[in-house]
Amino acid sequence: MSFKEWFVKRSPLPEMWREHMAEYYAPKNFNIFYYAGSLLLLMVVLQFLSGFLVLAHYIPTAEGAYDSVYGIMYDVHYGWLMQYMHVDGVSLIFVLLYVHMARGMLYGSYRSPRELVWIIGYTTYLAFMAEAFFGYVLPYSNLSYWAGTVITSLLKSIPFIGGWVTTLVRGGPGMSGDTLGRFMALHVTLVFLVIVGLIVFHILYLHKVGSNNPDGIEIKANKGPDGHPVDGIPFHPYYSVKDLFGFGVWLIIFGAIIFYAPTFHHIFLERTMSTPANPLKSLPDVTPPWYLSPFYAMLRSIPNKNAGIILMVFAVLIPFVLPWLDRNPVKSTRYRPITRIMLLIFFINFFVLAYLGEQPPLPKYFFMERLGAFIYVAFFILLPFVSKFEPTRTPPARVRFHAH
Amino acid sequence: MKRYVVWAGMALGLLAGSASGAFADNGPQLLTPHYTYNAKTIISGARLFATNCMACHSIKFMRYEFLTHDLGMSKSDVHKYVMLPTGSTFKDNMISAMPTGMAHKWFGLPPPDLSQMVRYKSQDWIYTYLLSFYRDPKRPSGWNNHVFPNVAMPDVLAPYGGIVNEHGKLLRAGDESPQKFKEQVTDIVAFLRFVSDPSVVQRHDKGPWVLGLLAFFTIVAYFLKKEYWKEVK
Repeated sequence: MSFKEWFVKRSPLPEMWREHMAEYYAPKNFNIFYYAGSLLLLMVVLQFLSGFLVLAHYIPTAEGAYDSVYGIMYDVHYGWLMQYMHVDGVSLIFVLLYVHMARGMLYGSYRSPRELVWIIGYTTYLAFMAEAFFGYVLPYSNLSYWAGTVITSLLKSIPFIGGWVTTLVRGGPGMSGDTLGRFMALHVTLVFLVIVGLIVFHILYLHKVGSNNPDGIEIKANKGPDGHPVDGIPFHPYYSVKDLFGFGVWLIIFGAIIFYAPTFHHIFLERTMSTPANPLKSLPDVTPPWYLSPFYAMLRSIPNKNAGIILMVFAVLIPFVLPWLDRNPVKSTRYRPITRIMLLIFFINFFVLAYLGEQPPLPKYFFMERLGAFIYVAFFILLPFVSKFEPTRTPPARVRFHAH
Repeated sequence: MKRYVVWAGMALGLLAGSASGAFADNGPQLLTPHYTYNAKTIISGARLFATNCMACHSIKFMRYEFLTHDLGMSKSDVHKYVMLPTGSTFKDNMISAMPTGMAHKWFGLPPPDLSQMVRYKSQDWIYTYLLSFYRDPKRPSGWNNHVFPNVAMPDVLAPYGGIVNEHGKLLRAGDESPQKFKEQVTDIVAFLRFVSDPSVVQRHDKGPWVLGLLAFFTIVAYFLKKEYWKEVK
């Protein structure tokens, strides 16, 4: 008996390989947006590696945190590489997350039978938000201090137990070394493991129902004599080599940012991250990192704290029910011109909100912020009606694909 | 292919839009220093910094040895022009000579550490700040600043640049011409920029190799993909 036979008899791996790689049939007409999924997987692995290395030098105390983080930059061999990989990686993960979600919305990937794939994926996005927040409090810069104070103070508005919860999360009445210990534990173990678990489930649930494609039609409805979809191709080797090429292009972008623009004009690494925490020196305007600022702009658009929080929580949670808001039998917006225009407005509006959320709280932005919040909410309110009554074109019976 | 170009163009446009927005500042109009960012400028700035600034300001994350490792300054030059006579060794961090307790007493707050000041306030801010001092008899130090009103720091560069009053009228000329003085301030700014991220030397040194290797990998992967996808009809 060869070693291979001996191993195959005892291991579940060959079967898993077949099920998820060699014999997982994916539609052949994926376009450029479909790289985002595999790139996210790559980025999570890279974040784990760089995070592992910076964690080895980090000290979670109020006195030591800031200096230890800059100790990595100045004194640790290749510390700047680990640090910039970890800092810039966050922003790039959110770029990919937004592309990945936008693609799902464009082609109706959240629709039946993939509702659970969408819900698990959206939960992963929320977990990434939490992970990013805990992460940027850890360097204990002045931005960390005040952003941590502002975000944890949101918990105060929970009815009855708000004050107690806030104290529990902060480890005291305000931000301190105790907060850093808690946040490090959450950042490194709990939330990270939740993200990894969710990603595994996201992929398992996807592979159960099969991938959607830009035409939004089910390839499983059209099977050949061999029992495989005629418009499907095995993930390995076709998409594995394609994603390898995607990895290359993406790593060049990632490398160019790390080596030549590590702060990315202070969008990826804000200026106030470069001054130590100072409880006596509040920042004139605490703005969240760019990837959270759309929701912050909506929070700020209402001058009443609790009402603002309700709007923000609504805006964050409403995409969960997206699969049931869309009531049109056609999935892809390629064949739904009105929804497509609505979606494009929604995306541009999201960018505008991100920009507004980074601005100081000046009256000249109030109207824009309210308009942005209105458009965001209006999209979800209009969708059930527009999707019900909009004129559509008939999707093709087979996916549109031009051989290379 | 054409579609992808259009998409990429749109994405870049949006990115550029958000980039310009993130910069918005509502302070006084800042001046921009113009210089070539190289070892010569930075070393000249290091010498000026050690002579004029380091008595009060630390750059605690920097070590003296970075000046030789990264900038190619000779050890004897560092000893002669940069190191303070505080008994520090070559491996030590660049800490000012001023005791913190005394600094509290003299200025109210100790002079800030300048390691990350360019990252925090920007080059333009520091450059403009250093050029914006004026004589103000109402202040305890006798100095005030347009960019940072009522700052505790006196105009230590006045011997070089001269003294002006609030409206810019020259009260006493400095030892250097205005042109030369601006160059000196620019050198200090260049040095502080280097201090805020000394990894720039290694990054620019290794960047082309890393990106080149990745480009090679990408080209190989592209042809591999093309070969496999020939079969897909």
